[in-house]
Amino acid sequence: MNWSKYSAPLAFYPLAGKMIPWFSVVAALAIAVGLYIGLLVAPTDATQHDSYRIIFVHVPAAWMSMFLYVVMAIWAGIGMGLNARLSFMMAQAIAPTGAMFTFIALVTGCMWGKPTWGTYWVWDARLTSELILLFQYAGVMLLRTSIDDLRRADRASGVLALVGVVNIPIIYFSVQWWNTLHQGASVSMTAAPKMAAIMLTAMLLMTFGFWMYSIAVILARVRCVILERESQPAWSNPSAAPEVAEAR
Amino acid sequence: MYWGSVSEFLAMGGYGLYVWTSFIITALGITWEVLALWRRRAAALADSHGILRSTE
Repeated sequence: MNWSKYSAPLAFYPLAGKMIPWFSVVAALAIAVGLYIGLLVAPTDATQHDSYRIIFVHVPAAWMSMFLYVVMAIWAGIGMGLNARLSFMMAQAIAPTGAMFTFIALVTGCMWGKPTWGTYWVWDARLTSELILLFQYAGVMLLRTSIDDLRRADRASGVLALVGVVNIPIIYFSVQWWNTLHQGASVSMTAAPKMAAIMLTAMLLMTFGFWMYSIAVILARVRCVILERESQPAWSNPSAAPEVAEAR
Repeated sequence: MYWGSVSEFLAMGGYGLYVWTSFIITALGITWEVLALWRRRAAALADSHGILRSTE
């Protein structure tokens, strides 16, 4: 199988369409089982009581917000390195989903903070750097829409996305580097999880579900982006001049 | 099953407001995104001048 042909947006379009239902079904199943375990089976937490159940959406959303930003920046980097249009389209398709998960992470964090800390918001390092991530997503999206020339828009927003990656380790390690109100990581790559197995199972299922959901909606969005861009009148074709003028 | 009754489940040990707000906002965000994509796709298809005919 010749995979390189799928670097052409219109060749990738039907392949993406075939993948969307699979990722959607897996996402729905994982989220359904995750919600069932997290809300109905898992017992209450000894110190945070039932407010801890917010982590079943908060932590997966926060992880996705950081992960999607890195993936977006990588696609933008590939786009700039290989001058590949589909890569920029992927970067463009990821940004709104990443922004949505950042927003969800922030709002559910407020909902967790009020009963736990007694305040919805505090300017500690973790919360502030995550808020900056939301502004970064907004900046990447706004910069793209503010430049008419698609190739310049791709490059400018790609550079902004790549530079902004510096914030991701700041968010992740903020709870270690600074004395934050936000608690430290409950789950990390290097240490045993500091939570009960049943709670961890629910959280990982929700994370997997959000991940599969992200792939499904990003593929759906990149199909829209492909349609929107590829159906633009050909700028180099003189016979399309009236259409070009109309599109401007 | 951890809960004894439906009202106990909805109360979430007194944290119902915060827990359910979190889950509902997440559900609304996902629903909004899917609906917005649906509309964007319809608009993109309507403006596509039939370019997909060449791929299918």
